[in-house]
Amino acid sequence: MQDFIEINFGPQHPSTHGVLRLKAKLDGEIVKEIEPVIGYLHRNAEKLCEMTFYADNLVYFDRMDYVASMLMESGYLEAAEKILNIVPPERVLWIRVIMNELSRIASHLVWAGAFGLDLGMLTPFFYCFAERDKVLEVFTEICGSRQETNYMSIGGVYQDITPGIVDHIEAFLESFPKRLEEIYKIFVGNDVFISRNKGIGVMSREVAIDYGVTGPMLRASGVNYDVRKAEPYLVYDKLNFEVPVSYKGDNLARFLVRFEEMRQSVHILKQAIRKIPDGPFFNPKAKKSMMIRLRGDGEYYARTESSKGEFGVYIVADGGVKPYRVHVRSPTFKNLSVVQELAKDQMIADMVAILGSVDLVFGEVDR
Amino acid sequence: MKSGEPGALVTTLEKALTWGRSNSIWPLTMGLACCAIEMMGTQASQLDISRFGSEIFRNSPRQSDLMIVAGTVTKKMAPRLKRLYDEMPFPKYVIAMGVCVIQGGPYVHGYSVVLGVDRVVPVDVYVPGCPPTPEALTYGIMTLQKKIRGETDR
Repeated sequence: MQDFIEINFGPQHPSTHGVLRLKAKLDGEIVKEIEPVIGYLHRNAEKLCEMTFYADNLVYFDRMDYVASMLMESGYLEAAEKILNIVPPERVLWIRVIMNELSRIASHLVWAGAFGLDLGMLTPFFYCFAERDKVLEVFTEICGSRQETNYMSIGGVYQDITPGIVDHIEAFLESFPKRLEEIYKIFVGNDVFISRNKGIGVMSREVAIDYGVTGPMLRASGVNYDVRKAEPYLVYDKLNFEVPVSYKGDNLARFLVRFEEMRQSVHILKQAIRKIPDGPFFNPKAKKSMMIRLRGDGEYYARTESSKGEFGVYIVADGGVKPYRVHVRSPTFKNLSVVQELAKDQMIADMVAILGSVDLVFGEVDR
Repeated sequence: MKSGEPGALVTTLEKALTWGRSNSIWPLTMGLACCAIEMMGTQASQLDISRFGSEIFRNSPRQSDLMIVAGTVTKKMAPRLKRLYDEMPFPKYVIAMGVCVIQGGPYVHGYSVVLGVDRVVPVDVYVPGCPPTPEALTYGIMTLQKKIRGETDR
């Protein structure tokens, strides 16, 4: 009969990225079993969506993955616009791609900063947040809000992007790649960072597929699956970009995949800024006075690639002005479930690193 | 008096204490949801919170004076929050950051959200916004400093 020490991680702990509680069984310093306890941020967003008009539901989607609100909005609109039979004009699709990629960069930067903090590195946090603030300045200029943007709406966007905003984005794209390489060097040039991540938390291809892991975590385990390529939405099929894949499956691979994704996002943004066509920025069928009278029927599941993985929105409509049921397939919920597999037989300090590499956002896990 | 000569500064002990106290408020990392990212933004390089003596976010309630409740408080989290507040040493202060913490915000009609953190712990300063900008939080901290020093806001 072996004795284990049971320790309790969280819900108030700096490395849980929010409010996660982990019950860990330890044998000395080795983690034998962990059990995540979630629900500390259950805000019943799905239920509230049934009580609100289609257009207003964006509020709850903004606050699901709160570091990448634009990605959440476009994910919801993919489904809602199909239900309501409203086709956004061509220009809107391009604006949404630009905003999606900016949001992806902001989200990955928050992750990189927080991951550094988990491993005891304070400097990259300041570098990452300084760059993220530049993205948020663009968002402030375009919609008046920094983080929870509420910029997109059914059939269009809140306001058109002016030449001034295009200049602002271009100036950001000019300076950002250089800064990104600088941040990359801070991480990779650090021997402690490499030795704490190389070969830690290895996830095999089979485990990743069995647990339904998606996003950068799946691609770090050698599966080339990206919704933007596999099932193109918006105008991703007209853009030229690559999906980074690593075959190592450890923490370092996940780090490298995310940094390569940021570089690809810059690549996408540069093309999209050049190719954006002229035209109206909303569908007149969905003008503001009509918003609460829009009726939908049928059911639809839309999948998009958020910064965390495959973000699915399933809407059932019964012909009313409000949806009958909204369900969200949140990528981080699936990605969190694999942690108990990865952290088994690892050191307790490595458990923190593994948890950090997952990129958890609890607004989305608990919804 | 020539410079370099020892001088005298007359004040009351009360004033000296509150001055010191107001300029070294160490917050507890009580990031619960969206507002936590803006709280981190306040701490980061753009708006350095350490200019007001609050640079060190402590992870242990026993080392902190201020609890910035950033993010929605759910019914599952509320008992833990109360416990953390009870563990903090006196004098202790609470800033309610964001409308979720003030009265429920967009989740006011939900079944699992506490309608205002002031039902759980006493609040000194309310910072509205969803989420409040880092500037707003900085102003909230400055307001708290004034409150500690016993000054009125206007």
